[in-house]
Amino acid sequence: MIDLDFIAALIGATLRISTPILLAGLGETIVERAGVLNLGIEGTMLLSAFTGFVAAQLSGSLYVGLLAAVVTGVLLSLLMGLLSVSLGLNQHVAGLGITLLASGLALFAFRLLYGGASTPPSLDDSFQQIPILTGTPLEPIFSQYGLTYLALLLVPIVAWMIRRTAFGLRLRAVGENPEAADMAGINVYRTRYVALILGGALMGLGGAFLSLAQLGAFSHGIVNGRGWVAIAIVIFGNWQPMKVLAGALLFGGLQALQLRLQAEGLDLPYEALLALPYILTIVALAIAGRNASYPAALLKPYRREG
Amino acid sequence: MLGFRLERAPAPLWLRGFIPILAILVTFVLVSVLILAAGANPLDTFYQLLILPLTKATSRAEILVKATPLLLTGVAVAFAFASGYYNIGAEGQLYAGATVAAFLGTQLEGVSPLLAIPVMILGGFIAGALWALPSAILKVRLGVDEVVTTLLLNSVMIFFASALLNGPWRDPISNWPQSPTIAASAQFPQLFARTRIHFGFVLAILAVAALWWVFARTRFGLDVRAAGLGSEAARFMGVRVGRVMLLAALISGGVAGVAGVSEVAGTQLHLIEGISPGYGYTAIIIATLGGLTAPGVALAALFLALVDVGILSASRELGIPTYLGEIIQAMLLLVTLALLLLNRYRLRRARA
Amino acid sequence: MSVMQPVVMMQGIVKRFGALVASDHVDLDILPNEIHALLGENGAGKTTLMKILYGLYQPDEGHIVIGGQPARLASPAAAIAHGIGFVSQHFSLVPTLTVAENIVLGYEGGALLDRAAMIASVTDTEQRYGFRVDPNALVRNLSVGQQQRVEILKALYRDCRVLILDEPTAVLTPQDAESLFETLRDLQQKHLSVIIITHKLEEVMAISQRVTVLRQGRVVGRVNTAETSPPQLANLMVGRNTVIVTRNLDHQISPEVALTVDGLRASDRRGVAALRGVTFHVHAGEVVGIAGVAGNGQSELVRILNGMQVPEGGSVVVSGKPVTLGDPRALSRARVGRIPEDRLKGVVGDLNVTHNLTLERIDDYTRAGHLDHKSMRETAERLIHEYQIKAKPYDLARTLSGGNMQKIILARTLSQRPVVVIAAQPTRGLDVGATEYVHQKLLEQKERGAGVLLISEDLDEIMILSDRILVIYEGAIVGEFSAANATVEAIGLLMAGSTARQQTVEALS
Repeated sequence: MIDLDFIAALIGATLRISTPILLAGLGETIVERAGVLNLGIEGTMLLSAFTGFVAAQLSGSLYVGLLAAVVTGVLLSLLMGLLSVSLGLNQHVAGLGITLLASGLALFAFRLLYGGASTPPSLDDSFQQIPILTGTPLEPIFSQYGLTYLALLLVPIVAWMIRRTAFGLRLRAVGENPEAADMAGINVYRTRYVALILGGALMGLGGAFLSLAQLGAFSHGIVNGRGWVAIAIVIFGNWQPMKVLAGALLFGGLQALQLRLQAEGLDLPYEALLALPYILTIVALAIAGRNASYPAALLKPYRREG
Repeated sequence: MLGFRLERAPAPLWLRGFIPILAILVTFVLVSVLILAAGANPLDTFYQLLILPLTKATSRAEILVKATPLLLTGVAVAFAFASGYYNIGAEGQLYAGATVAAFLGTQLEGVSPLLAIPVMILGGFIAGALWALPSAILKVRLGVDEVVTTLLLNSVMIFFASALLNGPWRDPISNWPQSPTIAASAQFPQLFARTRIHFGFVLAILAVAALWWVFARTRFGLDVRAAGLGSEAARFMGVRVGRVMLLAALISGGVAGVAGVSEVAGTQLHLIEGISPGYGYTAIIIATLGGLTAPGVALAALFLALVDVGILSASRELGIPTYLGEIIQAMLLLVTLALLLLNRYRLRRARA
Repeated sequence: MSVMQPVVMMQGIVKRFGALVASDHVDLDILPNEIHALLGENGAGKTTLMKILYGLYQPDEGHIVIGGQPARLASPAAAIAHGIGFVSQHFSLVPTLTVAENIVLGYEGGALLDRAAMIASVTDTEQRYGFRVDPNALVRNLSVGQQQRVEILKALYRDCRVLILDEPTAVLTPQDAESLFETLRDLQQKHLSVIIITHKLEEVMAISQRVTVLRQGRVVGRVNTAETSPPQLANLMVGRNTVIVTRNLDHQISPEVALTVDGLRASDRRGVAALRGVTFHVHAGEVVGIAGVAGNGQSELVRILNGMQVPEGGSVVVSGKPVTLGDPRALSRARVGRIPEDRLKGVVGDLNVTHNLTLERIDDYTRAGHLDHKSMRETAERLIHEYQIKAKPYDLARTLSGGNMQKIILARTLSQRPVVVIAAQPTRGLDVGATEYVHQKLLEQKERGAGVLLISEDLDEIMILSDRILVIYEGAIVGEFSAANATVEAIGLLMAGSTARQQTVEALS
């Protein structure tokens, strides 16, 4: 049963399942490095998945759909910025509020546009997988959606941006000590807003991947906690893109394994495997404990006194 | 070293009373756009949402039925928040209580309700508290952010309940993911004929009263507030902050667990998937809108219950998707927070 | 001098915070190549004025002229562009970044970080001004003095022409302060103007050419340093003659030991050894002062003696009985009166005055889990009256001034008639009146027979109050002086640690 085909297919599925979490997780990494915890991620992914789907259907172009999803992610992040950066509200509550609002908006509009359809509406023509290395045993691994390749490519790019660019330096400064960044002449608010915009765009892509590629359809439960998983892997990955990738693959791998085993006729409660990454994250947090290298200014609004 | 500071000070009383009303007005102006998009008249909709349910005895009763889990989870969340512990896990704790209630309820056939009902409540309380325990210990012992862990445990609990419902508890006849109906003796009695108001509402009122009493009268309440308002200074003055926070988190989980019991024993009579449409999250809105005080929580829970009931008739009569209710809740939260902020900061000269 | 065109002119600056006028029509002009002292008590508005010049605060009225041109300084970035540099009192560096990264932050010279070029330009700045700091070192591993150098370098890297330093010597030994002054004179030679905020008269006399004195937000004097004297400046600054706290010289120190600290070892939050076996004792009726530069283990010592930290080794004995450490309640029960280093960590700002006055002894007001609000209120009213706290029982503590907040802590602590008082930075940030009040209360405690341990970075305060002075350096007590033979020079040398061993021997012999 466990042969090369099985393993190749498993890896292929892992990469596919990891993609939306990886995209959103990279986005959240950028935002958190700037000192903002965006719990709006779950709702942002849902609304982006929805707007992407609708735009693709209306325009007939998947790329218009992608654009719509990215714009949605950016707009919701700007709202998060208004609440948590400009107004300095509690980031937990603001983020949860945005998730509730965005989810409500997505489902409200979905019901208005598609009524109470019993089967979820789907795209006639969604993103197709792009095989490379065709004909080799590795084909199942390298037969992925374009967005999956993009997500993998973004891992080193985001890591490089954080470590090697001026913006990354400012990002880190703002997330560690916003007072110092301000005194150094950096616009703390602007830097945080830029981080939120970049993060929101990636969260939007994560949502779009679900409705435009992986499923080619939209339904209520399309995100189903993937935003929370993204939050978990950012912590699990210690705010470093490469380790966030590892977290995403772990999650994707467990889910792929569960699907495979189910397909092989092995009956086990699939909820157990679904719950495993959550439990592992909690265990990882417990082990890291006080040593977890949270950005020092995470959750702290910044404002000058005068 | 400055002789003044930008300080957070509560707005004058008259203004504090005015903020919720202003927030409601702003929220309704904002959602008018959505109502128009749904092809309905906003004023008609608001009538359906806010006035109509109050004019009919049956819907007034329904408001109290809806308010029951909201009051319980609202109190649970407010109590934890007051201690500085951000329990986002009321949803999972509610499911834990509901799951245990669904189990106990089938085991209490023939037992006197006078024993069965307390056992149900206690069992749900313990289940909720136990589900709150890991996050609370991690927070108190290791400083791990409780928001993330409670959030993750919500999903784990819902997966667990779902595994039960799709596995051993699946109804063998209908094949629905629904646990067996609980014994009659374990069911909460109805309070009034021809309404669905049940004993859970009494528990909810008791919870609100207890919240008030603990903060107004007891030393534990002062410890909780001191821990929440300034944990370092509280510890300096001898408050055992870790212990207080742990207790607050467990009590919070327990009360949320009772909300789950109340839903199983008072309304559904068995466990189903989606037994809570997100009460645990709505509770965060209620606790925040209610300013973590007992009267505030009560008012906020009743208001959101009113909207919950009203949205059903608005949906029926005007064809507005019921999700408008969730949008109103979320908007109300964000608008209120923003408005509170504008009045919360005040500059004052430090008295020499 | 008056014919020279000022590099900076601030004219009619008004800054209000609510009802408080922090800057009240302030005029200030800074000449080329001058070191200008801004003198005033805590709360006089010195820092506010400089934060306006650095773009951190926006003035309500008035304007600023830099280099002859009107300037609008909406942010630090704008101030930096106008050649203003600011070294704040509590440094604003990012601890997780390197020295070079901190210096170039915001002025990286391109979208990409070119590490080699970055280090080259930092090294170039270092060489131009004769500084030496390793550009690759992480800031969190630097000493306070080194961090100050990085701050100054940061301003110089941004081509500042006017350098503002806010209380720069507060964290330095007298010797390091002297070397800082050398640096500032050197910068002056290189055509910079320097503004130094201070409340220390000797510093004004030692370094500045001109001095502007602020009191309650107003300019009350501007003089050439050469034409003034410390008494004149003191008069301007305080507006009355300072009352010197006098010690009762007849007071007898008891032979009885109130507090024994033996072999305390502890690490700081980063896990670096902060206390390396600290041993000393305090007699009943004695004030023992611990002098030292900030960051030499004082905070850890205070936290342990407050019950807020568990040491890795060592013991504390109060009136002959060992105390459980790491539990504030145990210290409280042993009748140790605690005044914390940061008063905001001794008072819950969002609770009212009554709660803050009674929480430490809440058992006395609890009957079967319920609070006796009436007796709590009575206690609060009594203490408010006794300690002249300007507040009502139900005012939130955070609405009080620093002085009144400190009085809450004093009232709560001293009304218990403690056998030992741990006073950590008891007058930090207080004005002259409140400082005198605190000093008087501490001396009262000593005369009543309590052992008082005074931990302070203010050497003057230590010299005024202490019967015996210990010097702490890198987590160890390196010297001991009796009040009679202590000199600022000798203590300063020990605080700097360079000749620690030799000095100890001399001092003890």
